Parts: sequence; C-alpha cells; structure tokens
Amino acid sequence: MTRVALVGIGSTQFRPETPQKNFKELMYEAASRAYIDAGIDPRKELDCIITASEDLWEGVAIFDEYVPDQLGGVLKSVFTVGGDGLHGIIHAYMLIKTGYFDLVAVEAHSKVSEIETLQKIYHFAMDPWYVRPVVDNPYVLAALEMMNMMRLLDITFDMLDMTIMKNHLNAVEWGSPYARIYDYDNLESSEYVAQPLREVDIAPHVDGATVAVLASEEKAKELTDDPIWIEGVGWATQGGRVERTLHNLPTALNTAGNMAYVMAGIENPMAELDFAEVDDRFSFRELVSLAMLRLDGGDLMEMVVNGVYTLDGDFPVNTGGGFLGNGYPLEAGGMMKLLHAVKQLRGEAGFNQLDDPEKALVAIRREVPSNSYAVLVLGR
Amino acid sequence: MRMNIHLKNRVACVGAGMTLFRRRLYETSDELMWLAAKQALEDAGLTIKDIDCVVYGTAPDNFDGIHMQSEALADGGGALNKPYTRVYVGGGTGVFSAIAGWWHVASGLCRRVLVIAEEKMSHVQPHPQYVFHHIFDPVTEKPLGVNLIWIFALEMHRYMYKYNIKKEDIALVSVKNKRNALDHPAAQLGMKITVEDVLNSEVLVWPVQRLDISPISDGAVALVFTDEENAKQLTDEPIWIEGVGWNLDTMYWTNRDLAFPTYLYYAGKMAYKMAGIHNPRKEIDFAEVYDPFDYKELHHMEGLQLARKGEAPILTREGVTERDGDLPINPSGGLLGVGNPIAAAGLMKVAEVYWQLKGQAGKRQVKKDVVTGLAQAWGDLMQVGTVIIMRR
Repeated sequence: MTRVALVGIGSTQFRPETPQKNFKELMYEAASRAYIDAGIDPRKELDCIITASEDLWEGVAIFDEYVPDQLGGVLKSVFTVGGDGLHGIIHAYMLIKTGYFDLVAVEAHSKVSEIETLQKIYHFAMDPWYVRPVVDNPYVLAALEMMNMMRLLDITFDMLDMTIMKNHLNAVEWGSPYARIYDYDNLESSEYVAQPLREVDIAPHVDGATVAVLASEEKAKELTDDPIWIEGVGWATQGGRVERTLHNLPTALNTAGNMAYVMAGIENPMAELDFAEVDDRFSFRELVSLAMLRLDGGDLMEMVVNGVYTLDGDFPVNTGGGFLGNGYPLEAGGMMKLLHAVKQLRGEAGFNQLDDPEKALVAIRREVPSNSYAVLVLGR
Repeated sequence: MRMNIHLKNRVACVGAGMTLFRRRLYETSDELMWLAAKQALEDAGLTIKDIDCVVYGTAPDNFDGIHMQSEALADGGGALNKPYTRVYVGGGTGVFSAIAGWWHVASGLCRRVLVIAEEKMSHVQPHPQYVFHHIFDPVTEKPLGVNLIWIFALEMHRYMYKYNIKKEDIALVSVKNKRNALDHPAAQLGMKITVEDVLNSEVLVWPVQRLDISPISDGAVALVFTDEENAKQLTDEPIWIEGVGWNLDTMYWTNRDLAFPTYLYYAGKMAYKMAGIHNPRKEIDFAEVYDPFDYKELHHMEGLQLARKGEAPILTREGVTERDGDLPINPSGGLLGVGNPIAAAGLMKVAEVYWQLKGQAGKRQVKKDVVTGLAQAWGDLMQVGTVIIMRR
C-alpha cells in the first residue's frame, strides 16, 4: 500500500487582525504558497481539496460552498470537515491510502477578528439545558478542567510558568505578535480569568490560514527529493458532553496517540521521537497532552523542572512557540503545529532549528467545549 | 482520480436502519441517531463495541441550535473514545457521509464503520428557511432577501425553457414519488395525487408549487460498512460499494448555466470510472436520485447520463421510471414522498439501494432483477453532486 507524504505547505502570517484581507484572500495566499512549495498546478493536478471549518465561526450556513474558488477547486472533488485542520489531514491520508487519489490539499483558516460575538458563539457551543444557563464563558469550563488536571497529574503553578516562559521564548523567532520574554514577576501579577486559570495561561486568538499538500509515494517522489512522510495518524473523541468529562483524564487523547504510535511502529515514544508539537491552548493542556501521549518520562515534574522540553533539552516540545506564543487560530490550530513541525524536519526553523530531527509528533485538541483529538507522527 | 489496480480493501454495506421521517419527532437528535444506529447494528449482527470508527453527517451546523453540533452529538453516535468525524457538503452530505465511510474502510484504517446522518429541522422557529437565509453571500445576495425556493424557481424555469418542458410532465414525478412512498413504512408524505392536484396547489415562487416540493422533516439513518473479511463473516450477501464520486462547482451560481448540472456530470463520471461502468443507462439497474423538488429528479437523471439532455421528462411520461419500468427511479418514494431531513434523506437513498439489492424492500421492491444501484444527492448553492454505486 502506498505511503503518504507531505510535499508542500504554505501559510499566511498569524496576526491578531488582518483588516486588509478577507477570509477568501487569506485562503488564497496560503494556498498559492503551498502549491508553489509543492510545485504543482492545482487546477490540473489536485485530485481533492479538503477544508476544515464550522459554520458559526464563519457567520454563514453550510460553509463548504464558499471554498472552491480561491483554492483552485472549481469542478473538483472538494469537501469540508467539521473539525480541526489535522482531522482534514487524516481524511487526506485515508483518501490517498485507498489508492485512488494521488494529490490532496488540506486547508484550514481563522478569521476570528471578524467575529463580533465570539463569547456568544462559545456560549452557543455548550449544552443548552444543563450548562448554558449556568456557565457563561468557556474559560469557566477550562478552569474546572485545569483544577482537575492539576490535581490528577500533580501539576504545579511553577510547572505552568515554566511552560509559558518556554513557549513565548520559542515564539520570538517566528515573529509572533504575542511573543514576550516573561519572568516570574510578570507571571505572578497576571490576573485570574476564572480561578485557577490566569490570563497568561490562555492563548489569545489570531487570524491566519494554512494549506498543506499531501501526495502518494509515487507522486511525492516525482515532486520532491525529501518529502515529509506521514507515518501514523490517530483521532478520537472523548464524548459529546464536555462537562461530564472534565473530571477525568482525556483518555481519548491516549487512544488517538496509541493509534498513531502503532501505525508508525513506535513503542517507546520519548526515545523514538525527536520532538513534539502538542496542544497548548491553555498552559496546562501542554502538560496534560504530554502525560497522555506517554511523553512525560514517568515524572512530569522532573521533566519540566530539568528543562527537558526546552529547545536545548532532550525532548523539545512546541519548538515553534505553540499557541501560547503565536496565538490560537481556531480550526487552523493543528495546521499551525504541523507547519512548525514541518519547518523543523526540513531544517528551515532558523534560530529554533534542532539538531537534525528525524521524527516528530503533532497533537491537537479542538477548541472548548469540544472533546476531539487528532494526532500525527511525521518522519523524514 | 486514477484507477486503483492494487485494490486491497473492498468495502461492503452489511446493515442499515432508519427512524420515521416526520415533521416533528419528540426524540432529541442524540436519540434519533441512536435509534437509527441500533437498527443498523442489529441488522448487521454487531454491537457498538465492534465498531472501529463513526462518521457523522449533518448539513448545516445550526438546526440544533448548538455550535460544533457534531461534538455535542458524539454520544448519540456511540462514539465514546472512538475515532469520530463529521463531514459535510450541504444537501449532498447524506450520500457524502457514506462516501466518507467508504474511504475509512478502503484505506485500511478501519474495519467496521458506523455511518450516521441525522437532521432535526423542527427545532428551528418559526421555520428552517431562516437558517437557509444564511447560506447566501452576505454581501451580494443576502440583502436581496432571497430564500432557497426563489433560486430553485430560477433553475426550474431555465430547465423548462431550455428543453421546452411542460409543467404537467414535471408534475408526474411528484405523483409517482408520493405514490411510491405509500409503501414505505417510515414515509412522511405518501399520498395518492394527480397531475391536476399538483398544478392546482398553492404557488410558492412560480413555477414552484406546494406539491412540487419536499417537506421539512426530522429523522436519522445509519449504515454499517465493513471490509471484505468482516463482511463475509457477517453475511452471505454483502452489498459492495463499487464506485464513489463527488464534485463541487463555483459558489458564484449566477455565472453558470443552470439548465444542466455539470458538477453532477463530473461526479457521476468519477463514480462510473471507479465502478467500471461505460454505459450508465444500460448498466445501472435502478437509481435513487435526489428529488427535493420534482424537476430535480429529471435534472439529475440527465446529469448522471441516465437520460439524454431534455429526455428525462419523456422517460417519466412513458413510465420507464416507475417501479415496474425499465429504469426505476426513486422506488422508495424519494424526498418528495418519504421526507427530507436533509443529510438523513441522502443516506436514506443509500439505505434504499442496499435494501433493494438485498431484496428486502418489501412492497417497494422493484419488479426487475437488480444487480447495480446508484444513489445520488445534491446541495450547497446548486453546486455539489455526490454519487455512490453499489452492487450485489
């Protein structure tokens, strides 16, 4: 069966606002860059285009009708996934694995700056009977989750602070508008949004779009000498009612991770992988992800305190600065992580470049109050 | 798309289930999903524990009044701690979720997949058209106060004008489908009507009249897909999925000729190529084509090359598309008769093909011996065609 490779990736910058461009222009910019990177003519060569989005982020119903024109997908096989960009990548992977598709593009974007009523949309995502009347704000759910996770995994505020400082530092190189050199005093003075969740624990929102081009083995070898191989994929959901699962560890992430590890033939992830880009929508989520993906070496605290996850450490995590440093672009979140991982594997990460990484893991959880996870294992 | 000469994983449909289609059902969306899923699993002889992945289809995100609806409904699909995903292409989602189920198995990643499509339109007050108002371009179209019937009236008019088709011939489709639906136990609008009834019904937007149109419905449908090995363990007569195709046209619908669905022509071509079909008119034994409006059945038959351009009304008039005809179209009763819970209606068509090929359609069973069936759906801004071909 064919292997699947990533042969091109293109992205806009991630910014808090992009008043000069609408969402179609953002998509177009990212797509043109990805197609040039892959060296393809989308109109002639692409077999399928996948976009990832939800109607309410876009302010329209049935968003998939808005996508073909700016991606070169008119009169082509195009569809939309109600999920993160990484879910789109997984669908592309499966399509190519069937043997019928050679070249598939995946797009995800955020134009969050245009959403006037963002908090109301979050509110709209909650259970209408039991949660909506009492919880007004998604950060309350995140705070409850944080409390439980800190208890279950023995996470301390010092560990969170070190994670925040690390990710912001890593983001400086990416020219992120949010990257900041923090010290403990800055962090201590941060205000609570919903105790124990502080302002610094939350990744702010950004606009941006990313497009990736995936190819079958045969096609990839035609297009490039050093493709990035997708060696394993996994995805799972913990269940629909997030308020019922806040108290438990996210075992679905473990399920998704194990699925990807098995596919990639990885038995000891920490030894076999070189770095990871994991979800850090909230600071505590990075540590939870590492624990659930068996990347905590048995003792999370020791790993964090000894700087194992920093750029110079044994197992760098969020080398691009993650969401805390770069901002969170809604459904393009997973694609931003993928971009950072691909840059590292290709040796294009500038000051953040690791020493010849071979294998990476990308993992994402969708925005609160969802409970869905997606995991990729990439290799060179 | 290229041909796959090294096909490893043939995909079979081994179970189907559906709820009643009604204007307003008292069950919640989760409950509807589970009712359909349970039937499909029982039909296949499986339990939810045997299912590897769940695929969910719903057309717009907001009928239930919940953002990220698919996430909220994961419990209803039994997707706890399982790979679960939602795909959508507007009205074409029903058949498309089956296509997504196909690639979950065909890729070799999953062995047993549960595909569920559900729509509960009755939540929307005062009328679901208010949701459809938001499918139009917010800058150029929405300010005109357009709704769906308005643009389909344009398309119907163009189709009638270009091929010189009479309203009486189009009304025959409604008469046939509503009559077929009388034999469907889950149908919402099975009835015996005449062409005069259709022509005398209330005019909504000329030439679209009340009886030209499918109703608003609640309902859910589920299918179970497995790989070849599992299928052969579970049943002696699996129904194979032989071809899939889908195609999306530009969103600028005002810039196209609405008389012929080019996107559907390409979607059909893709599915025919995969299934090795060279002459669809001869090789397809019966079809469930998407019929939210009566003219759409004719329009889609032409797009799928089951009739030449402008020929579909003639075939209908001659009785070729009746249940005992040479090319039965919508033996289930279609959306006009069974009901139109958007995504679920599309998947109902795939389920009907499964039941017909199995010979389990009861009073709806078509007269001739059938081997190859086709289901098709359509959606977005008259923009997407989704096609699936199944064989015994």
